[in-house]
Amino acid sequence: MKKIYGSAAEALDGLLFDGMFIAAGGFGLCGIPELLLQAIKDAGTRDMTFASNNAGVDDFGIGILLQSRQVKKMISSYVGENKEFMRQYLSGELELEFNPQGTLAERMRAGGAGIPGFYTKTGVGTQIAEGKEHKDFDGETYILERGMFADLSIVKAWKADETGNLVFRKAARNFNPPAATCGKVCVVEVEEIVPTGSLDPDHIHLPGVYVHRIIQGEHEKRIEQRTVRKREEA
Amino acid sequence: MPWDRNQMAERAAAELEDGTYVNLGIGIPTLVSNYVGDKDITLQSENGMLGMGPFPFEGDEDPDLINAGKQTITELPRTAYFDSATSFGMIRGGKIAAAILGAMEVAENGDLANWMIPGKLVKGMGGAMDLVAGVQKVVVVMDHQNKAGESKVLKECTLPLTGTGVVDRIITNLGVLDVVDGGLKIVELADGVTEEQLRDATEATIV
Repeated sequence: MKKIYGSAAEALDGLLFDGMFIAAGGFGLCGIPELLLQAIKDAGTRDMTFASNNAGVDDFGIGILLQSRQVKKMISSYVGENKEFMRQYLSGELELEFNPQGTLAERMRAGGAGIPGFYTKTGVGTQIAEGKEHKDFDGETYILERGMFADLSIVKAWKADETGNLVFRKAARNFNPPAATCGKVCVVEVEEIVPTGSLDPDHIHLPGVYVHRIIQGEHEKRIEQRTVRKREEA
Repeated sequence: MPWDRNQMAERAAAELEDGTYVNLGIGIPTLVSNYVGDKDITLQSENGMLGMGPFPFEGDEDPDLINAGKQTITELPRTAYFDSATSFGMIRGGKIAAAILGAMEVAENGDLANWMIPGKLVKGMGGAMDLVAGVQKVVVVMDHQNKAGESKVLKECTLPLTGTGVVDRIITNLGVLDVVDGGLKIVELADGVTEEQLRDATEATIV
């Protein structure tokens, strides 16, 4: 069971193809698989569909794949931070499917759990519900949403052991666990690979059964909105 | 004088019950946390956190610790982190007592529009549709009129909806309105605002 690879390019070898569907973790620029995204850009894979809550900013995250026109379609809940995205979408070069944030997370979770569809009241009576099956349960209306099954999951964790057990850090967990579960193959980038046995089994956030390939690397971890308060004088 | 942003936030804070878990939207709703006083309120951030603390001191920013507005924040002794599916499980599952949100338009039947202006603003709904569908009480905080002086409190929304019949209470610079059978009911007027002024500024039916 060899899961550790030397680089992002090695870890993605044999997994990329034109027209593929990738589920990516991260929220804004927090907890995004920045090294794997760069390697996908370098590989030149085209016409990809990405399920990712956001689309990065112009020069970081999925934004770098938009710049190079490698993305055909985004499935996201919020894309307000990316001007190049807006330009490509408004000119018809890029397809966009808005999913409510919780519906997107649940579609990933459900797909990873072998559930092809679920009913939710999120979006009932809005554009999101158009064309979807409606069903009443106990006097309330719900819509059918589909579980998501991706060709590849790319996620970022804080630590992995050699068997792929993962620990995330603070709010960088976000979409990473559900995204990790819904792909046929899951590639993870971490800040540190630790020896098997050194993580407390009670504190594993995502078990290694979901993880196929791991790389360790240096992360820029860019901050999107730096907000601070002044230190009071002692 | 109508209420300013801070007075609206202070009034909205009075809606929060002691000992509850609540979600605050971006903009004026974020200011509500400054006015909770002695109440024991736990703030949820839908990117995966309960127990959101204030902004960090300069130099203490952590890229792994942001709120749903992507701003750097801090944790508290009570903080818990979780993934996005769990986060929206607690929202959709009705565990969050209240959401305080901004709005572009609200209708007299409780319809809410706050995510899209066709052809102009295409940013996305983020977590707003899940929040309004799932939390126990939805309070909207917004200016009563837009910059052109038109009412944002309408008989029917004109913009794409975030949810239908989801708003319970509206707090504006002119006062507080509840969504009731047949229209809106005036609960309170802002200091110095007359009922006539509020009615004149409102397109929706006031019962």
